Order: sequence, then C-alpha cells, then structure tokens
Amino acid sequence: MGSTRTTGVPTKLTQGSKTKGGIGESTLRPDGTLKVTGEFAYSSDMWHEDMLWGQTLRSTVAHAEIVSIDVSKALAMDGVYAVMTYDDLPAEMKNYGLEIQDTPVLAHGKVRHHGEPVALVAADHPETARRAAAKIVVEYKELPLITDEASATAPDAVLVHEGRTDSHMSHVPHPNIVHRQPIIRGNAAEAAKKADVIVKGEYTFGMQDQAFLGPESGLAVPAEDGGVDLYVATQWLHSDLEQIAPVLGLPEEKVRMTLSGVGGAFGGREDISMQIHACLLALRTGKPVKIVYNRFESFFGHVHRHPAKLTYEHGATKDGKLTHMKCRIVLDGGAYASASPAVVGNASSLSVGPYVIDDVEIEAIALYTNNPPCGAMRGFGAVQACFAYEAQMDKLAAKLGMDPVELRQLNAMEQGTLLPTGQVVDSPAPVAEILRRVKSRPLPPERQWESSEGADVRQLPGGLSNTTHGEGVVRGVGYAVGIKNVGFSEGFDDYSTAKVRMEVINGEPVATVHTAMAEVGQGGVTVHAQIARTELGVNQVTIHPADTQVGSAGSSSASRQTYVTGGAVKNSCELVREKVLEIGRRKFGSYHPAWATAELLLEGGKVVTDGGEVLADLVDVLEDESVEIEAEWRHRPTEPFDLKTGQGNGHVQYSFAAHRAVVEVDTELGLVKVIELAVAQDVGKALNPLSVLGQIQGGTTQGLGVAVMEEIIVDPKTAKVKNPSFTDYLIPTILDTPTIPVDVLELADEHAPYGLRGIGEAPTLSSTPAVLAAIRNATGLELNKTPVRPEHLTGT
Amino acid sequence: MRVNFTVNGRQQEADDVWEGESLLYVLRERMGLPGSKNACEQGECGSCTVRLDGVPVCACLVAAGQVEGREVTTVEGLADYAKHRESAHPGGGCASGTCGTSLQDAQQWKAQGTDSQTGEGTTLSPIQQAFIDAGAVQCGFCTPGLLIAADEMLERNPQPTDADIREALSGNLCRCTGYEKILDAVRLAAARQDRQGLQEGAV
Repeated sequence: MGSTRTTGVPTKLTQGSKTKGGIGESTLRPDGTLKVTGEFAYSSDMWHEDMLWGQTLRSTVAHAEIVSIDVSKALAMDGVYAVMTYDDLPAEMKNYGLEIQDTPVLAHGKVRHHGEPVALVAADHPETARRAAAKIVVEYKELPLITDEASATAPDAVLVHEGRTDSHMSHVPHPNIVHRQPIIRGNAAEAAKKADVIVKGEYTFGMQDQAFLGPESGLAVPAEDGGVDLYVATQWLHSDLEQIAPVLGLPEEKVRMTLSGVGGAFGGREDISMQIHACLLALRTGKPVKIVYNRFESFFGHVHRHPAKLTYEHGATKDGKLTHMKCRIVLDGGAYASASPAVVGNASSLSVGPYVIDDVEIEAIALYTNNPPCGAMRGFGAVQACFAYEAQMDKLAAKLGMDPVELRQLNAMEQGTLLPTGQVVDSPAPVAEILRRVKSRPLPPERQWESSEGADVRQLPGGLSNTTHGEGVVRGVGYAVGIKNVGFSEGFDDYSTAKVRMEVINGEPVATVHTAMAEVGQGGVTVHAQIARTELGVNQVTIHPADTQVGSAGSSSASRQTYVTGGAVKNSCELVREKVLEIGRRKFGSYHPAWATAELLLEGGKVVTDGGEVLADLVDVLEDESVEIEAEWRHRPTEPFDLKTGQGNGHVQYSFAAHRAVVEVDTELGLVKVIELAVAQDVGKALNPLSVLGQIQGGTTQGLGVAVMEEIIVDPKTAKVKNPSFTDYLIPTILDTPTIPVDVLELADEHAPYGLRGIGEAPTLSSTPAVLAAIRNATGLELNKTPVRPEHLTGT
Repeated sequence: MRVNFTVNGRQQEADDVWEGESLLYVLRERMGLPGSKNACEQGECGSCTVRLDGVPVCACLVAAGQVEGREVTTVEGLADYAKHRESAHPGGGCASGTCGTSLQDAQQWKAQGTDSQTGEGTTLSPIQQAFIDAGAVQCGFCTPGLLIAADEMLERNPQPTDADIREALSGNLCRCTGYEKILDAVRLAAARQDRQGLQEGAV
C-alpha cells in the first residue's frame, strides 16, 4: 500500500487530540528495562553457534609502501580459519567512503595512516586471532610524512592520494586539499576602515575522540543464498549497505542488515569500521564471524573530530557594532576524506557565529595528511569555529571595555537576519535571550569547599589528591553562544522513511512503527512511540527493530533524527489515519452525519469529532483489517554553496545554545575545577522533555571534555597516535562534571514537525568556549588552544 | 583449566578456560551473561563492574582463575540480590547461594538481533527502577557497571550526599548523560529507600 508524500510543511501541529503518552510528555524509554537488567543485546553481545572471532592487523607506521606481507605463520596456527589481505578481496570495488570512495578495505601496496587495516584473521578464540595477526610479517618502506598545511602544500609535497578524480579535485588549490569553501559577502577590507578596534587571533583546536563506550562490533552470518546477514552498531544502516555490498560483490538485497544495540555514537559510527571485514571473513570461512574492537583498536577504528587551526580578525565600532570579519579555518582531514567536505561546508558557513556581520571574507579547507582520518563528530565543523569566534568576542569586549555578554547581545542575529551565505534565518533565533537567561541565573556560592570541619577537598581543584585547601584558588566566569545547522545541508536529498501499521491485536488497536533509524541512545524509539500515540490515538505502540527491510532513515547525526525520521513517522501516521477514517466512513458513514461534515480525530482508541463526540471504536472500524503505509518524507530542499562566493540557501534549520561556565583554578598547580555549566537552549518543541535535558547535559559535558582534558595526541614526527586508551585519553568523570542547570525555550519553527528544533549538537559548541572564557577570566591568560593543560596555566 | 565459582547465587563451572582469560570474558562468553560490558579492558571505565565477594571490582582486571570458590554478582542478578538483601539478608550479602538467577535462565539467554522484547513485567531493584525513571539511561552501555557501583554505595551509605555519590561513582565513565540524571537516579533510589524504611518502621 505504498504511497509517497514529500511535503516538508506540516499543515497543523497535531491532529488536536490528546492521548496519554503522546508528544510533550517525558515518557520512559521502551528499552529501559532491558538496559538496566543487562539483557539489551549490544552488537558486542551477539553470539552464534560455531562462531569465529575476527581480528584486524593494522599498520604500525603512518606512511609507507608495503614491500611484502607474509601470512604463512598465521595461517599455520591451530584454530585459525582464514587470513585475508588485499589480494583476497572478491570484487572489483575495493574501496569505500561516505562521499569519496578513497578508503581501501585493506591496504593496497601502501598505508596512509597509523592503524590502517592491512590484514584480517578469523580464529576460534579472540586471543588466537590476536596472536595470529601478530605473526603476520609486513615489511614497510617508509615514505615522507604529510602532517600539516605546510608539508601538504609544499612545492615537492608527496600526494596522499595520486590521481584523484572526485568532484572537489577541480576546485581545490592542491591535490592534498580535500575541499575548499570560501564565502565572500560585502567588502571586508572596506568595512574594516570603519572599525575603531580590530582584534586578531590564532586558535588551535585539538583532535577529539567520540569515545562512545560500546566499541565497534558486530556479527556477520553467512546465508544459504550466498549473501550475508549483518548485525551491527551503526548510525546509518543504508549508507553502510551502499558501501558494503559493492566490495563484497553482492547485490544490496543479499546483504541484510539489522541494527543491534548501539553503545553511543556521536558521529564515530557514521563511517564503516568492522562491517566489511566481518562479512568478508564470514563469506570466506562459511561461518559466523564476530569482530569486537578493544578500546585500543577503537581509537584507530573510527574517524575523529578534525583538529583545526583558525585565524580570525574582527572589527567593531567604539559602541560595539561589528564591522567585519575575516577568517581562515584549516581542518586536518587525515588520510581519507570521510565527511571532510561536509565539515568544511559547515565550518565555513557557520564561521561567523550567531552574529550579524555584513562584510566577511571566509575560507575553510580540509587537508589530506598522514594523520588519523577525521570526519563526523557531534557539532561537525561548527564546534571548532565556535571556539575561535567566541574567544574573539571576549577579546573584542575587553578592548572596547564592554561587558562580553552585552557585546554579543548587541550583535546577536535574530529571525530575519541574513547569513554570510545570503540565506535568511526564517525561524526564531533567540540568541540575545538565551544569553540573558544564563547571565541572569544566580551564581553558585563562593568557597563552597569551606565547612566547619575544614576544607572538603572534593569541592576543590585537584579533589581527593588533596593538593590545596583553597590556597591559590581563584574563580572565573565565562560566557559563550553558538549556532549549529540541523539536518544535512548543501543540497543533499535528506529524507527518511517510516512504515506504520495499524491493526487490532487482542481487542485493542495497536500501531507498529518500522524505520531504519539507528537508536544510538538518543531516545528516538521513545519519541516515535509518542508521535504514533499522538497521531493515531492509540495506547499500544510497537517499535519494530531497525533494519534494511524498510527504506532509509538517513543518519542518526546532524541533530536530524527527531526532525526527519520523526517527521516521517508523523507523516506516515497521518496517511494511516486518513485511510482508517476512510474505512470508518465506508462502514459507518450512513449512521451519523458527522462522518461527512466534521473534522475527525483519533483519540483514546476511538474516532471522535473535533467537538468530542465519539463516532466509533477503532476496533470496530478496523476489525480484522490492517492499514499499513510506508512513505518517505523530506524537509525543505537546500542548495549547494557557490564554490567561489559561498552564496546559497545551504541549511534548513539552526539550533542555538548559550553557556555560562563558572570555574575555580588552582593557579599554582594549573588545576581547573568547573563548578557549574549553565545552559539555555531553544528546542522549538520538547517532544520528550526528559530526553531533551539528557541531550543538552550530555552535549555540554563533551564540550567540557575538550576544554580541559580531551585530545588525541599525534606525534608530529611520526604521525603516530600516542594515547589510544582511556588511561591516556581522558574523558570527564562524574567528579570532573559540574552541575548543569538547563533553561529550555520552546519557540516553534513553523517549518518543522511540531515546531521542533534539532537539539543534540548545539550544546557541544558553546560549552568549550564558555569554559575557556571562565579560565581566562580567572587567570588573565590568553589561552588559544584546546585542551587547557596545567602547563598552560602555570607557564612551566 | 576449570574454574568453579558462584554467579548470582548459582554454582557455576567453566571448562577449558585459558589462563589469560579475565572474569569478564568468562562471564560474557562462557556463562552467557553479557550484561557486564567491555569498554576499555584497563579498569578505567567501570563498565564491567561486578561484585566479588561483595566488593565492587572491574571484572576485566580479575583473572578468571582468581575467582575459584568465590562469589560473583552481576547486573543480571542485581534485582534478586537486592530483593534478597531486603528480605533474608538485610544489610547485604548473598552467602546463601539462593538469591540469583537460575543457571538455566542464565544460560538460555543468548543475544540475538534486536527484538521487540521490552522486558515488561520484570522485577527490578530500586536502583534499576530509579535509573529508568530519572532518565539516567541513554545508550545504556555504562549502566550495568554504574548500577552495581551505585547499589553497593547505597548499601553502605543509604543517605549519601552529592559529594559521596560523585566519589563512589568516579570510576564509572558515562559518555551520554553528563551524569546529571545519574545523580538524580541515585538520589531518587536513596529517597525511595528512605521512605520505604520509614514506612516499615512505622508498622
């Protein structure tokens, strides 16, 4: 009964009825019980009779020719079923990639970064597989390293990828640049003449890891038809499928994917990791193969957040009005393209921040280097820019002698503002208001560590290390605000599919919602059930497992799933509702004139008029009939940015958050304790208020991590990762994380389903610069790099 | 080697255990109890926290051979453990060997692709219920370890301050929540426990 409706504009917010457990309520997760009892099946928990374990051998050097690979000793080991290298790949297609297919499934004659997959082993015990992999002898001949912009674009630079044919090659200034996006609007040089003050800055943003807790894992089971069933944790089943099937030499219908439990994602599962490898080994051995990365391998198994160097110049008149902005953002994309082109588009188009500046000169590029590949992570290009432009705002305020919040409010964008891309912001943009809200919140009391029994060191920088009882501790307060786009931009056909069925089971009307949306922890499954209750007036909703037996839902990224797949579920429910009412009219229309004349709603399992009169029970309308509709839904189309001027209606929606950070710094030891991180954010409409808070607090904490502890350290001499473990790569613990009071605004975006706004990423943007601003406020230091380390504060 | 130990109150025997295997591996891959999670294998993240003779430990850092003759409680047995503590063993402990999931139940459970099972009707411990109610569960990968650690803390310290909670849970990483809802959950479980205690005291 398939039908497709591609409207992006809701006719009205809801059908107008009220059903318990519908949108706006904090209903609880449908998977909550399984998750607290240990019974929720994560991808690493999969088990199959006769299962083998897969192991990946990864390169120990960053850039080298592979002279030879000797697998004989590995193959000879007891318990080893298969060893595979590039030569064993079954299909003509040997590469994959999100946009550019530049990533080899297994290295072909060359490795381009530390940790690149070179060979695969399948064995009957994970330790046997690891030991066998260690017995594979790979001889490397090292090549010169490309590690930064200077080495990438030097006249004699080695090309990371020879013979590029991708669509960006024609407009990039050098083959070691993945993509370049300038934005030119107005005349920045001319406008600079009106400036009374000008501030310039250079900022460095470190490489962040998503550090989802559930490592990459999955189980591939060979099928009798020569295909394979893959159970895996991912962010986008259909994108994986498009990349997996060609390298297996199979048609897509023979690669059946089911989402298994996902232990967090944050962008790190947008790219392929072990999916293809497990399928290859399963098809080769004829046995189910499970691959589970350990934490060490996980640091090599997924792309990271692009480290960036950002150069900014802002000017303002003496009364604080911004005159112009020039910036240049250099993102290190590492060895493979991944999502770099889209990250460049975001960094460039959002580099101005949530401010009105008419005259701008912007350039963003992503490099190909021999550093670890970088791609999607929560905030996606907007994070790096926000760190820099917010530092600039504080510098400017200091130079003008203005309050930093007032300066921001004076220049804040609002609905109707023209972006540097020429696009009009056509929904609420309460930038000044969210700043006002975080600022007006009372400050936490000073010297909270003091008690009648002496200092409670747990409240102090250094904590239980007992490094201070308050001596040398100073407080600082800092503010920041950011802008993030929602959904896929730049003309991408960003749609989702939902299949909704309504039927009577055990005398009760039940809705079943089937999408391919990856539930990665965000609570999409909770929201889908709420939408179905609201739109279909039923109590019972079953969420079908996500798989590739239904159309694509797009990615669980870009803050888009509640908007786009939520929109698709709403749309399909509306179509099902029309169909159900049609059946009702056919069966009962002659009994009551309201069937023909009134606005009809589904509420409490019944068909009712908008006046509240009950016309029929859904059980009687449906009887043994079921109504099922699968339909695609898309948001309003966007356009690509012009490659020379950056002009274009590239984005569909924006999300805004503001933070106030309060920190206490032990200036003698350089230790920072964040006391409070207050947030205000516009969410359009909170479909599930409890989940909204969870997203905002979680996103805030990832921003805090970047501010004071998180960085993948790549040795510039070897391009090797130095800290691939949770011992050496630190993420915030409950002791590092302050209270996070949240102020939620709900200003509807009339273009979006229910007026909602994507929320997942915005809080990750402004959290980092707010903490940096607070540390600067406490110490008077300039601090132009993340993360802030003790030595940056003590000068030692 | 062969390892004999008690898991969630039932005597268990694991055969052909390689000397290098951890307790975590034996639980997950040999006992059919994958509730304890492997997220770092270095004792940094706490996702594999179980109780060994009542003491919370990272199962990834315990060699399987070390648990010979000892008693392990995992998240799968937490509800029964808590229930038993409340009735037969107020104040904790599970020495009777009758408070866990049955061997058959534990071994029958095999992880499949996600199914529509919701777990409805399952009896939960107060801390498990509080995690759901407070919104402390997102991806849920840290949840089993946090539950074991939080339950153990509430056993020792039924009325914890926020500083106590933070200290007790500082060995458990969570990447999704920012910890605020986890704090809420522990506060909620403590408050409910307190209220229940008052009611029982009044009877």
